[in-house]
Amino acid sequence: MLANQIGYYSLILGLLLSVLLCGLSVKDLNSSGKQISQNILSLSFLQLVFVIVSFLSLILSFINSDFSNETVFNNSHTTKPLFYKISGTWGNHEGSLLLWLLVLTLFIFLFLIKSREQPKKYRILTLLFQQIIIIGFFLFVLMTSNPFNYLFPIPTEGLGLNPILQDPALAIHPPILYLGYVGTSIIFSSSLAAVTQNYVSKEWGQHIKKWVLVSWVFLTIGIMLGSIWAYYELGWGGFWFWDPVENVSLMPWLTLTALLHCIIVLERRSTLTSWVVILSITTFTLSMCGTFLVRSGILNSVHTFANDPARGIFILIFLFILIILSLGIFFLFHKENNKKSINVFWLSRETSILINNWFMMYFLSVVLIGTVYPIFLDVISSEKISVGPPFYQKLILPFLIPFLFFMSLGPRLKWIKSKIENKKSLIVTFIILAILTFFIIKNLTTDLLFYTILISAALFLFFTTLKELFIKKFNNVSQTVAHFGFSLLILSILFNSILSSEIITNIKIGEKYIYNEGEIFFKKIEEKKESNFNSIIAYFEIKDENGKTIELKPEIRIYNQPEIITSEADIKTTLLEDKFLVMNLVKGREYFNIRYQVKPFMLWIWISVLLLSFGGLISLFKRKYEN
Amino acid sequence: MYGKKVKLRFLFLALILSSVILIVFLILQSLKENVVYFQSPSEIKLSVELDKKKIRVGGMVKAKSVLINSSEVNFIITDFKNEINVIYSGAVPNLFAEGKGVVAEGFLKDKNYFTATKILAKHDENYMPPEVKEAIGDK
Repeated sequence: MLANQIGYYSLILGLLLSVLLCGLSVKDLNSSGKQISQNILSLSFLQLVFVIVSFLSLILSFINSDFSNETVFNNSHTTKPLFYKISGTWGNHEGSLLLWLLVLTLFIFLFLIKSREQPKKYRILTLLFQQIIIIGFFLFVLMTSNPFNYLFPIPTEGLGLNPILQDPALAIHPPILYLGYVGTSIIFSSSLAAVTQNYVSKEWGQHIKKWVLVSWVFLTIGIMLGSIWAYYELGWGGFWFWDPVENVSLMPWLTLTALLHCIIVLERRSTLTSWVVILSITTFTLSMCGTFLVRSGILNSVHTFANDPARGIFILIFLFILIILSLGIFFLFHKENNKKSINVFWLSRETSILINNWFMMYFLSVVLIGTVYPIFLDVISSEKISVGPPFYQKLILPFLIPFLFFMSLGPRLKWIKSKIENKKSLIVTFIILAILTFFIIKNLTTDLLFYTILISAALFLFFTTLKELFIKKFNNVSQTVAHFGFSLLILSILFNSILSSEIITNIKIGEKYIYNEGEIFFKKIEEKKESNFNSIIAYFEIKDENGKTIELKPEIRIYNQPEIITSEADIKTTLLEDKFLVMNLVKGREYFNIRYQVKPFMLWIWISVLLLSFGGLISLFKRKYEN
Repeated sequence: MYGKKVKLRFLFLALILSSVILIVFLILQSLKENVVYFQSPSEIKLSVELDKKKIRVGGMVKAKSVLINSSEVNFIITDFKNEINVIYSGAVPNLFAEGKGVVAEGFLKDKNYFTATKILAKHDENYMPPEVKEAIGDK
């Protein structure tokens, strides 16, 4: 009860501080001091404290199962384990927005204390733009999704958290993803500030690159966590479904990756200024669009629980204001720096990075159109369609081939003008790899020629980066590690999709299902009672083609509140392959529906994403620049 | 006539423009081939021509219509005006049950029989796909 009040009023105080901070920044903009006035720093810190207090009090309400709070009532239950009570705080719409707000205020405070050597006006303007976003989110939370709504009479029991969200990976997925999403807000604000101050320069590039890297690393890991969760929890055995909600997180990742690359051009050669600014604006806009699409209920997917049109309209209006504001600032203030000649030879590091950007933009437009087109068609013709994985595969896979080649060659080029060295040995390497690949996958796929080229292109990147890693020692190691991770990712995904096998059947207890390579024996079931669910654990013995037997125990959980049945897959992970078994209950029938999958290189998909983000981390912590 | 720089710029612009057009064309083309339309049992009954492409059918699983054997699941999807028989061999989602909403993806055999290749999982008992809501009206 008390926590409720404290949380609510802290939010209002936080909003008031935002307005105050805006006023103070405008005043400080014209004052003569060299540093930002101490008041602004303290107030910004105070604002952060208020949001933290508000967030903590919501957590407290969840821990205490205080059902006088509507959010707690809707999303919690007394029998839920403590861990999920806490993670339930951000597992719902209201709480997750509060988390957005928390990260927004945290980042602007960190920005202020980490940018002391930057020009004062630029810092103040960044603060100003960031506060505009923060005000928007404060209003959004308070007006449409207040997490502290009071309920009377106080219910004795809550409605419970959706069981598929009661999961360790999903407990940390939103905070990590949000750190990435919201991190782009700093890039957005500071690029606008830099534009108004005509400060889009080498120095700015070096300083903002850190923020780009931070957001990128978090976004990458956040997406991966969501994907891991989808893999073992949704029971389809895949890790990426081209579901709109996944696409929406991939889109800012693509622009952020593009930005990460061309920021390097900016910090080295101080060109491409407009492009950097446009990418910064786009990235944040896409993050906001993501929130809009997911939270408004336009997309139907696992993430949309509460569908409220008012929220959608609010975010839409807010989004429009931000876009108009940022484009207005861009066109009014931005001056292309024409003093320096920006002549570059067609074969140079600059062009290779531009090529990367072109590919990123292409991938972005594919994902964007695939995600938005169904919504668009629904609005204008009320025709319902869905765009499936074949669309994305068809449009993205072929373009990966040149993309991988440029990725292996680009980093070897010099700035301004370059030539490719050792052309012959590169071509020979590729041909050898292609022949090798051909023999490896000869009997595995129908589309042999295409996959041979694609896989050998990935192998080409794999070996060139590996060679680089050993020969050049630690020169530009971040780039090499990240590119190596990417090649490993593509290879694992390709081999995973080519080599995976699946068996789906309906089976009774005690039955044996024999397939061409082995057999599945359904031994027995056991029932167990947990605090908030009953579970049926099935014991399966699976004999594979080599005669090796493993035991898998998939589970069906019947949750008490809300009454939902979920399947928990049982997965045996080894270095080379995952064995995945999931079981479904068809209500009131004696048959159990099972799906058994063998998925090679599953583990390597996660490892390679970690390597990819590790590359980003190295770059963040290394002081000296390459070359 | 024009300087070298201007010429180069034109060439560059033309290149960008043509590649953009090409890409848009490519995307729209594959969009056309890969979209899946949603239909209700009534729409299928009323349609003049049989849709040969992959479609989605949505509605309610008719009470007492589910038949299971070791390789197949058979059931009837109804929108309370018309119904259609579905033959499916694959994994059914947890919340698949008689009297609940369902969306099946697959191919029409004829106006009364539908071979499903996928049954879409819905993860909330109270959740109903908007398509289904629309298909069965206010019921």
